[in-house]
Amino acid sequence: MTSLLKTPLGKIHRMTFWTAVFWIIMALGLTATVIRFTQGLGAATNLSDKFPWGFWIGFDVLCGVGLAAGGFVVAAAVYIFHLDYYKPILRPAVLTAFLGYVLVVVALLFDLGRPWQIWHPLIMWNPHSVMFEVAWCVMFYTTVLALEFSPIVFERFKLEKPQKILHAIIVPLVILGVILSSLHQSSLGSLYLIVPEKVYPLWYSSNLPYLFFLTAIAVGPAMVTIESFLSSRTFRREIELPILSKLGKVTAVALSVYLVLKIEDVVNDHLWSYVFTFNLEGLLYWAEIILGAVVPIILLSYKKTNRSKKGLFYSALFVVLGFILNRMNLSVTSIEHYTGAHYFPSWMEISITLMIVALGFAGFRLAVKYLPVFPKEKEANEPLSKTFDVVEFIGDKHEHTTVLN
Amino acid sequence: MQHYGILIDTTLCIGCYACEEACADRWGFPKTDVHELSSTKNTTVLTVNDAYVPRMCMHCDVPTCASVCPVGALEKTDEGPVTYDVSKCIGCRYCMQACPFDVPKYQWNSANPKVSKCDMCHDRIVAGKKPACVEACPAEARVFGTLEELKQIAEKRFAENPANYFPQIYGIKEAGGTSILYLASKPFAEIGLKGNLPDHPLPSLTWAVMSKIPNYVFWGGTLLGGIYWITNRRKEVRDLEAKLEQMENTNPSRRISNHEQEN
Ligand code: SF4
Ligand code: SF4
Repeated sequence: MTSLLKTPLGKIHRMTFWTAVFWIIMALGLTATVIRFTQGLGAATNLSDKFPWGFWIGFDVLCGVGLAAGGFVVAAAVYIFHLDYYKPILRPAVLTAFLGYVLVVVALLFDLGRPWQIWHPLIMWNPHSVMFEVAWCVMFYTTVLALEFSPIVFERFKLEKPQKILHAIIVPLVILGVILSSLHQSSLGSLYLIVPEKVYPLWYSSNLPYLFFLTAIAVGPAMVTIESFLSSRTFRREIELPILSKLGKVTAVALSVYLVLKIEDVVNDHLWSYVFTFNLEGLLYWAEIILGAVVPIILLSYKKTNRSKKGLFYSALFVVLGFILNRMNLSVTSIEHYTGAHYFPSWMEISITLMIVALGFAGFRLAVKYLPVFPKEKEANEPLSKTFDVVEFIGDKHEHTTVLN
Repeated sequence: MQHYGILIDTTLCIGCYACEEACADRWGFPKTDVHELSSTKNTTVLTVNDAYVPRMCMHCDVPTCASVCPVGALEKTDEGPVTYDVSKCIGCRYCMQACPFDVPKYQWNSANPKVSKCDMCHDRIVAGKKPACVEACPAEARVFGTLEELKQIAEKRFAENPANYFPQIYGIKEAGGTSILYLASKPFAEIGLKGNLPDHPLPSLTWAVMSKIPNYVFWGGTLLGGIYWITNRRKEVRDLEAKLEQMENTNPSRRISNHEQEN
């Protein structure tokens, strides 16, 4: 164990380093927040009339919602398909999804020009608008996620009655959640259906909603995998490899179908010349297809890599990066090509995003610390459970304590 | 009701910018020499390949902007203009992203921003007047009327001066048709008007998907419910079998006694 070799002092230094990073991010983020809300979007962002949607929509919303897809995939597996072996990851997945959606809404409050009217879609309806549908689904689904997560809180505070009520309605709730999720995950793609002449041909497709849905199904489990590895390092709680191998297979299947649809687009829409033009768009397209789809499919299909920690971690990482590349390509690269304007997010856009993500991490940490999010079996495990108690009280210095133990 | 519109004859525009000024007066915008649409300029006159090309919102027959707006802040009025209601707007800027003519502009430097675009002087039309820009135009390069009247005027100009015109009207079929119609002396792409738009309204692309949603909700719900029911049954059976097996294993004597009873 390398950690034993390090002095406790070194450990503390590392913690202070990350704490410092956290507070720097918060300081920058808050400064940017003040500028954003006092002087408007133009002062804080690089958005313009030529580029009305930037980093916050492309990354925070399009990627954020997708990366939180693990919640509905795992909930469906456990409650609807009765695949009990996924049970241990249900809670962390639902927690991440819930936090993810809350963060997306926070990001929207920054991005909307008139955020105090964010509730308007509730009473002002336009059923022709994809955005209207997304707004409703996100609103409802966030509520559903809160309810799906609530048993954990009730369990913590030993509230039996609400626990019973939720137990009774959990299946219809999960079904509702799956429907809402598949609707808005795909609708985020439908947002771009209406601009066929603006989106670069390699990314436009009448199948956009299906492509978005499939990539969400692929990236959800990948995020759960990554998260499990990260939390096993930070919180010393981990999820068994076989579960992650199975999750990997879900990803591989979804990505394979996705790849078939992408090839179909090339054939049907006669995109060969675009595919083999190695301009910026062409290269990014290949990067996305190979790194984000082909490589992970191969890694996840080989027994050797699908059953090793490293193999799973790296394939999940590829899937996530490929996913982010895909969303950014559609929302930024391809629109850049249309308007001819260059766009790169300002430091304020980036630091507000970082601040939101950092708050998400902090929220996850707090929830794991105070609520029974990770499986009990592990806690019953003798030597580990001791560390846990200490961890729960000492928090930040827990790595140090672990070493002492 | 017959929609009103504006016929813009680029062959007659002399580039005097009287329309820009009249528009600025109506909206209370500053008058500048920057000739491009912005949050303080709802109509402008561009110079493209030596031609003066007045530009503004096209007031589409089936407006993409109105179709994408989640709160219905944009609306095609009975008279023809497409209007904007800031009191509804949430500022998502989907209208800007989606408009095929890149018309809506944003007040980027306001903490209480609005979308900005031409409304064809809707209030003036309702009051029986012409739009301010049309009234200001000294060259008959902007003509106001019902779409029928405008088409007749266009045909008449084609017939009287065939040498001056490229014999088509831009806006008849572009994106399903618009209430602003253009005449030019050369193909429209050469004066910067977009040529790659479909003949059908763009909102039909999303509607093809959106209209399936109720069906999807119904069948998706049924399917998921069905799957739940089946896997639940299987699980119950499995659990029961496991329990029985366990009982048999832990208590073999009972099994014998059961047998005896049956016998
Ligand atoms: S030109 Fe653009 S802003 Fe004007 S009505 Fe058409 S879609 Fe709306
Ligand atoms: S910015 Fe306002 S007007 Fe435009 S689509 Fe969004 S809510 Fe509607």
